[in-house]
Amino acid sequence: MSIAGYLSLTDADRTAMLQAIGVSSIDDLFEQIPEGVRLGRPLGVPEALPEAALVRHLEGLAARNADTSRELSFLGMGIYDHYVPSIVDTFLSRGEFLTAYTPYQPEMSQGVLQAIFEYQTAICELTGMDVSNASGYDGTTVAADACFIARHHTGRSKVVLAETLNPMVRQVVKTYAPGFGMEIVEVPHTGGTTDPAALAAASEDAAIAIFQQPNAFGCLEPAPELAAAASDGGALPVAHVDLASLGLLEAPGVYGCAMAIGEGQSIGNYQSYGGPHYGFLAAGNEFIRRMPGRIVGETTDLEGRRGFVLTLQTREQHIRREKATSNMTTNQTLLALAGLITLCWLGPEGLRELGETCTALAAYATERVGLPLAFERPTFKEVAFRTPIPARDVVARAREHGVHPGYPLGRDYPGLDDVLLVALTEKRTPADVDRLADVLREVCS
Amino acid sequence: MSGREREAQLIYEKSKPGRRAGRVPSYGLPVPELPSEVRRQTPPRLPEVPENEIVRHFTELADRNFGIDTGFYPLGSCTMKHNPRVNERVVGLPGFRDLHPLQEDEGAQGALALMWELERMLAEIAGLPAVTLQPAAGSQGELTGLMLMRAVFADRGETGRNVIITADTAHGTNPASVTMAGFELAKVATTDRGNLDLEDLHAKVDDRTAGLMLTNPSTLGLFDEGIEDVAEIFHSRGALLYYDGANLNAVVGRSRPGDMGFDIVHYNLHKTFSQPHGGGGPGGGPVAVRAEIEPFLPAPTLVRDGDVFRLDHDRPKSIGRVRGFAGPFGVFVRSYAFMRAYGPALTDMSEAAVLNANYLLARLRDVYDLPYDRLCMHEFVLSARALKREHGVTALDVAKRLMDHGIHPPTVYFPLVVAEALMIEPTETETRERLDEFVDAMRSIADEATRDPEILKSAPLTRPVRRLDEVKAAKHPVVRHAFEPEVAEARIETG
Repeated sequence: MSIAGYLSLTDADRTAMLQAIGVSSIDDLFEQIPEGVRLGRPLGVPEALPEAALVRHLEGLAARNADTSRELSFLGMGIYDHYVPSIVDTFLSRGEFLTAYTPYQPEMSQGVLQAIFEYQTAICELTGMDVSNASGYDGTTVAADACFIARHHTGRSKVVLAETLNPMVRQVVKTYAPGFGMEIVEVPHTGGTTDPAALAAASEDAAIAIFQQPNAFGCLEPAPELAAAASDGGALPVAHVDLASLGLLEAPGVYGCAMAIGEGQSIGNYQSYGGPHYGFLAAGNEFIRRMPGRIVGETTDLEGRRGFVLTLQTREQHIRREKATSNMTTNQTLLALAGLITLCWLGPEGLRELGETCTALAAYATERVGLPLAFERPTFKEVAFRTPIPARDVVARAREHGVHPGYPLGRDYPGLDDVLLVALTEKRTPADVDRLADVLREVCS
Repeated sequence: MSGREREAQLIYEKSKPGRRAGRVPSYGLPVPELPSEVRRQTPPRLPEVPENEIVRHFTELADRNFGIDTGFYPLGSCTMKHNPRVNERVVGLPGFRDLHPLQEDEGAQGALALMWELERMLAEIAGLPAVTLQPAAGSQGELTGLMLMRAVFADRGETGRNVIITADTAHGTNPASVTMAGFELAKVATTDRGNLDLEDLHAKVDDRTAGLMLTNPSTLGLFDEGIEDVAEIFHSRGALLYYDGANLNAVVGRSRPGDMGFDIVHYNLHKTFSQPHGGGGPGGGPVAVRAEIEPFLPAPTLVRDGDVFRLDHDRPKSIGRVRGFAGPFGVFVRSYAFMRAYGPALTDMSEAAVLNANYLLARLRDVYDLPYDRLCMHEFVLSARALKREHGVTALDVAKRLMDHGIHPPTVYFPLVVAEALMIEPTETETRERLDEFVDAMRSIADEATRDPEILKSAPLTRPVRRLDEVKAAKHPVVRHAFEPEVAEARIETG
C-alpha cells in the first residue's frame, strides 16, 4: 500500500511495529471502539490532490475573489488595508515560531516568550496601561473579556455600550452577556459621536462602559470626557482603540480608562477575509489577576540569567478550571508577533507618520469627494459621506467601475441607509482618491 | 553554554533615538491639526532600531525557540503534527490574503466556496449535518456549544436545565467554559478501565441536566467502551451530548461523534487539521450540530443557492455572533488544503497516529508505570510515580531531561487523575526512526534515574537557560519592560 498524504511509515515499518505491539493488524488497535459506532466505509470526501494540483485548485478559488490588489478598495469598518512590512513574512514563516506550541516549557520557548514580553510592553506603551495579556482572539471577544473582568471587579451586572462601538463588537458582547449574568444598555449617538451626559446617565450602577476611539463612523469621540462620564457613574471606562491611531491619538490610560482593548489587525496583519488576527487587552495593575489568557513575566534561571515564563497561571483554566478567569487556551501569538515586528519596524516616528498620512488622506478625500459629510466631526482615517441614492447601490455601481467605495452604514444602522463610510490607509494615494471621487460623481448622478 | 553571554537583549535595549527601519509615504499632503484634547502628548517608547538589527533580533529569538520543525514534539493532547508548507503558500495567495471581510458576497465567491467545501468535509467527518466555522479556537467552540444547549432548552421551555456534567479527566477548558456560559458543573468519575462510570452517571443525570461534555478518546487516550450507554442515559432524560474534538485525530474515518450519539461537536483545526500552532495560536474551532440545532448556530451562516454562495445574517433563532466576521479564514484555507491533500486517506492519518502511539506504549511500558493497561488510541499516559518513590525523580525532571536529548517534553501532570503523569502523543507524521530515538531517550532517562538522579534534577543543561524561577515570576510580576529604574517592577499584592 502506498503512503498517503504526509505520512511516513512503510509497509515494513507497519509490520514491525504491529509485531512490537503484539497485534496482527491495524484493525486490532481499533477494537476498543464498539462495533455499533464504527464507520465501516470510506470517508465521503473529495479525492486527494498532489501538491501541484492542490495549488492550481486553490489558485482557481482565490481568483474568484475581488481582493484589494484587484479592486481599488476603500473598505474599513474594523479591518484595514495597511501596509505589512516584508520582515513580517520573513519571521512568520520561521518554523521555530510557526510550528511551536504555547510555551508551557520555558526552556524550550525563550524566543516566543521574550517576543510576547516585548509585545506586552509595546501594547502597554501604546495604550498607557500597566499590563497586557499575550493577545485575545480578536477585537470583538476582548470586549466580552473586559465585561467578564468588570463583572467580577465591580459586582455589578450592567454593560453600557456606545452605539458608535463597532456593531460586531456589540453583537459579540450580547452573545456572551447572558452567560455572565449581564444585561446591556446602548447609548445612541448624537451627530456622530457619544454625548458624555448620556453616557454618564447610562453608567449609573453599571459595571463597564465601552466606547470606541475613533468610533465606528470614523469620528473622533470626546474620549477624555467619555472616560470621566463613565467613571462618574461608577462604571469602568474602557476604550476600544485602533493601534494604528496611537502614534497620533492620546493613550486611553492617560485619559483615565481602566482598560484598553481593540483589534490588532491594522498593525501587521493582512485582511485575510476577517482572520486570523489578534485582539489586545490591556489594563491597570489592579486588574492583573482577573486578566484572561496568557501573560508572560520576567524571572531568572538557576544561574541568575534573565528569562521569561508564563506567569500568574493560577488565573487560567488548566489550573483553576471552573474558577478560571477565562476558558481561553489558544490565543493569537503568531499574529501578535506580526504586530510586534511591525511596531519595531515603524518605531515611534513611523507610527506617527502612519497616522499623519491617514488623516491627511482622509482630509484630502473630504475635500475631493463631492458629497456632503454625514457628521460634522473631526476624523482619523474614515470619513462618512451622505449619498443621494442608497449607499448600498453606490457600492454596487462603483464596483462595476473597479472601485469598492466603502461600507454602507445602513447595514448596521437603520436610518443611515444613505451613509457611505470611506476608509483611507497609507496604501491609498491621492490619485486613488481622485479616482474614487470621479467614480462616485458618476454613479451618484 | 552557561554564563550571561547567552542572555538575549530586549529589542528595547537595542533602541537608540533617531534610528529607524520603516518609512511611511506622506504624498506631500498637508496634515490636518487634530483637536488638542485627543492628541497624543508623549510618544510611545517603541524601539528605534534599523532593519538589519530587527532581523538579527528576531533571528536570535527564533534560534531560542523549539518547534516541530526543530524536532520531535510529543506534547500530549496538542497533536503536534507536521505543518505542510504548501498550506503556507496558498494562504498567501492575494485572492485570500488581501480579501476584505466586508467585501460583497458576490466578490468573495472563491472564499465562500472554500468554506462551503470545508464545512461539507467536516460534517462528513463528524457525522452531523450542519457546521459553523465561526469560533476562533477549541475553547470558543466549547462555549458556543454550551450557548447552543442553552438556546435549545430555552426554545423548548426547559429553562431548569442548568447542570453540565464533565469527566474528571476533562481538559480545564471544559469546566471553565461551563462557568463562562453560566451553567453549574458536576463531575463524573472514571472507572479503572478509563471509561465513564455508568453507575455514577445514572445517579447524576436528571431533569436539571443540560448535557455532557466529553472528549472521546479521553485525555487518557482511551476510547470510552460504554459510549452508546452513555448517550442513552443522557438522551433518555432529554439532555444533550457535547463532543470535545481535542482528540479527534484518533478516529477520523474510523468512528464519527454523530454516530456515537453526540449532538454538538467542536473540531480543533490547529490539532487535527494542521493549522500551525504559532507559539500559542491562531486556532480554529468549528462546531457541527444535528439538524434540530442548526437554527441556533451563530450568525451569519453560509448558504448555497445553486452555484452561488452567500452569508445569511437573517437568523432569528441564532445565539448571535461569537467572533468577528465569518471566522479565522486563513485557518480555513490551511485546513482545507490539508484535507484535500489526503482525501479519503484521512483515515490512514488516524490509523498511523494510533499505530505510532501504541508502538511507543509497547516499547516504554516496562520502564514507566502504565496506570491504564489497555491498547491506547492516538496518545497514552505513563506515570513517573515509581521513579519518584524510588529515586525522587519526578515527571518534571524527566521532561526537563528530554530537552537535553533535543526532544520537546510530553505534557506533564495532566490528566489530573494520574499522579506524575506523562502524556505522550507522537502524531502520525513521525518516522519510525524518530519514535525509536524517543524510546531510547526515555529509557536512558529511566536508567539515569537509578544511577545519577541528580543530573535529572539539574536538567536541562543544553538549553539557552536553565530551570526558571516561576514562583518569583508570579510573586513579583514583571510583565513589561521597565524603561526607567523607578518603574522597574509592577508590584502586585499577592492573593
